[in-house]
Amino acid sequence: MSTATAAKAPTAPRAANGGNALAGTVGLLRFGLRRDRVRLTVWILALVVGTVSTASNYKTLYADPADRASVVATMDSPAGLAMSGPRHYLDDYDFGAMLGHQMLGFMAVMAGLMSVLIVTRHTRHEEETGRAELVRSTAVGRHAHLAAALTLAVLANIVLALLLALTLGGMGIDGIDTPGSLLYGSAHAAVGIAFAAVAAVTAQITAHTRGASGMALAVVGVAYVLRAAGDAGGDGALAWLSPIGWAQRTYVYVDNRWWPLLLCLVLAVLCAAAGFVLSTRRDVGAGLRAARLGSAVASDALTGPLGFALRLHRGMLLGFGAGLFLMGAMYGSILGDAEDMLKNIDQIQEALEEIGGATMAESFASMVMIILAVVASVYVVMAALRPRAEETAGRAEPLLATGLSRTRWVGSHLAVALAGGTALLLLAGVGFGIAGAASASDGGLFLSLLGAALAYAPALWVTVGIAVVVFGWFPRASAAAWIVPVYAFVVGYLGALLRFPAWMSDLSPFGHVPQLPATEMSWTPMVVLTLVAAGLVRLGLEGFRRRDLETK
Amino acid sequence: MTKAITVSGLHKSFGRTHALDGLDLTVETGEVHGFLGPNGAGKSTTIRVLLGLLRADSGAAQLLGKDPWHDAVELHRRLAYVPGDVELWPGLTGGEAIDLLSRLRGGIDKRRRDELVERFDLDPTKKGRAYSKGNRQKVAIVAALASDAELLLLDEPTAGLDPLMEVVFQDVISEAKAAGKTVLLSSHILAQVEKLADRVSIVRQGKTVQSGTLSEMRHLTRTTVEAETARPVSGLAELPGVHALRTDSGRVRFAVDGDQLDGAIRRLSECGVRSLVSHPPTLEELMLRHYGDELGANGHGAADGTPRLADDGAER
Repeated sequence: MSTATAAKAPTAPRAANGGNALAGTVGLLRFGLRRDRVRLTVWILALVVGTVSTASNYKTLYADPADRASVVATMDSPAGLAMSGPRHYLDDYDFGAMLGHQMLGFMAVMAGLMSVLIVTRHTRHEEETGRAELVRSTAVGRHAHLAAALTLAVLANIVLALLLALTLGGMGIDGIDTPGSLLYGSAHAAVGIAFAAVAAVTAQITAHTRGASGMALAVVGVAYVLRAAGDAGGDGALAWLSPIGWAQRTYVYVDNRWWPLLLCLVLAVLCAAAGFVLSTRRDVGAGLRAARLGSAVASDALTGPLGFALRLHRGMLLGFGAGLFLMGAMYGSILGDAEDMLKNIDQIQEALEEIGGATMAESFASMVMIILAVVASVYVVMAALRPRAEETAGRAEPLLATGLSRTRWVGSHLAVALAGGTALLLLAGVGFGIAGAASASDGGLFLSLLGAALAYAPALWVTVGIAVVVFGWFPRASAAAWIVPVYAFVVGYLGALLRFPAWMSDLSPFGHVPQLPATEMSWTPMVVLTLVAAGLVRLGLEGFRRRDLETK
Repeated sequence: MTKAITVSGLHKSFGRTHALDGLDLTVETGEVHGFLGPNGAGKSTTIRVLLGLLRADSGAAQLLGKDPWHDAVELHRRLAYVPGDVELWPGLTGGEAIDLLSRLRGGIDKRRRDELVERFDLDPTKKGRAYSKGNRQKVAIVAALASDAELLLLDEPTAGLDPLMEVVFQDVISEAKAAGKTVLLSSHILAQVEKLADRVSIVRQGKTVQSGTLSEMRHLTRTTVEAETARPVSGLAELPGVHALRTDSGRVRFAVDGDQLDGAIRRLSECGVRSLVSHPPTLEELMLRHYGDELGANGHGAADGTPRLADDGAER
């Protein structure tokens, strides 16, 4: 519980402000709990149930030690380590070690996502909508919002930790004991709290919720990639730069070390303190950078529907482009290590056949492609749902009262989503290809890696199509479009570990993409996916043409 | 005269809420038509149906002789719309938003745009987020008036404008009328409609309750009279059409039906009129007449003798 007080200890700014800067924190915290009671319950239960069902799956799937040995063989490769955790877990791969190795890194990302969204939702979003102004005009101190949001995130993480410890400890699975489970849960909480504090900083920097969440989630993404590169690269140096890497280096259920979690808490305290200090340097509702004046007239490019849509999507597209390029390059830089490993280990051959790759590097590359494609699909869903965001914000109404038809308006956003998603794959492929070809000293790899990335384009288009259908026919359920990337991720990432049946992966558009370069190119699914995408887009547009515009 | 807007028997429900319940509206070409009603009467819903943003459940609506749902885009090139609650893009300047909206409508008169920006005292270089409510409203007004639309649909356009800008707005609308444009002006700011409108329609709970010129409506309603007399007035209460009579040491105040005014004044003059104030019903009173029963039931009716349907307890 020391974290709760540590996270909201803005001693210096409080002294500088004279009055009680934390007045009203408790009230806001209770209000936050009330507002988020469903949201937080769903988040926490989903994470706990996901973990518990995985653990019980292990027991049935890998009951035989021989099965576990074969998993070790698969895991003991750059591809396996990049998607799981450090190699030390493999030494004695019982159920506890499997959980710590395979699930902790992934679940820590989820805890980070939950924490970031809690903090930005209760700080920057409140300011952006103007509600914070109203609340702050009452007897509420200037640090109360941030302190309440951080406390809420800390509480959520502690509840998550305790529930994980209780349920896992009580399952009676070999190797999953109670002390280990307490550390396992605490590792989630430590990572979640660290990223909540990161969001406390990013919420001060920009005036927009989307930007604040995006920046903090980019930090989560970088932390994950650093961990993956560090673990796959062998020596783990890069992983020591990442809170997720720290959590995994508790070697929970194996060595049960608590001290790496201290690093998370130190980071949390530092970031939270920085957030409180930064918040005193800006006005309510504003970012750290003062709003600038802009052009008094619109350029010709801006006033066409497509140019306008491009302008609205510009920031996010650039951010995702840079992120995916770097992600690709980072994974590419360890591709050479994957090649080396093949030469050293003989029995790997068998494991390779399971994945279906011709070489170690190729199966690793195929696995990386799935991750890159899922990240691109996150962008694609956000972009395809942008018309919905514009509609609910009341900004579509004046546009659609001009000579702009509904189809052209949505179409312009979809064009950006379709082309932008493809461009993101291109950038990721270029980054992966350049770094991969360099690290493997094989120039020919560049084109095959680039092609492997682009092969996911039709699946992205189908994702756009699904989002449009939801938007056109069931606008209030637009968030349902997020099922596509989440499902693709769970099936693509966990499906291999948990041996999901084939039909589960067939449900995802990404399951039909040929896993280049490990498998042969096959054009049929590409053509079918493209046609399905075209049909879905058409259907969605038809729905939007028929329905009422939602107005404020 | 041709009709710019004809609406009859329009129905529109949102779930269990009946926003429009058989609304009628006729606007002649070239007139400024006031569209009056309290919040939630269905004014914005009607305008959105006319814009093809909402699809009516039943009833007929025609705009410039065309169907607002099927010919939306074609119609939008000939009309301009100002919503009552303008939302701007946070990353775009006001100037960019004006140009965007006008060009999507099909062209902008640059000189006119600059002139309007000047007259409304708008800084077009600020980003959308930095504008106050009134300034956001100005952006939409300038964007609507800078293009050459023949029909203006204005949904409470001056909400948030200061009184000086309100005057500028009235000038601009008068000019538009002089240029032969048709204006549908929805409002609950009565003074504004009174100054600009040729005819008004009053709506309530999704129905049109009255429509016509202001003088027609006034004829149908009561005039309020306040007088000081030399001798106490007697017998007023017995006259037909006199309501809400109040006497207070030589002062008398009452409301009288339009066709009974003559008799009441005659009785007053018999008692030696020292001072006389009479005013025709304002639009406020016209509306109170229609909503009076509701307001009275809520306990905040027009206590000072303003005419309303239920003048219970006002006579003492």
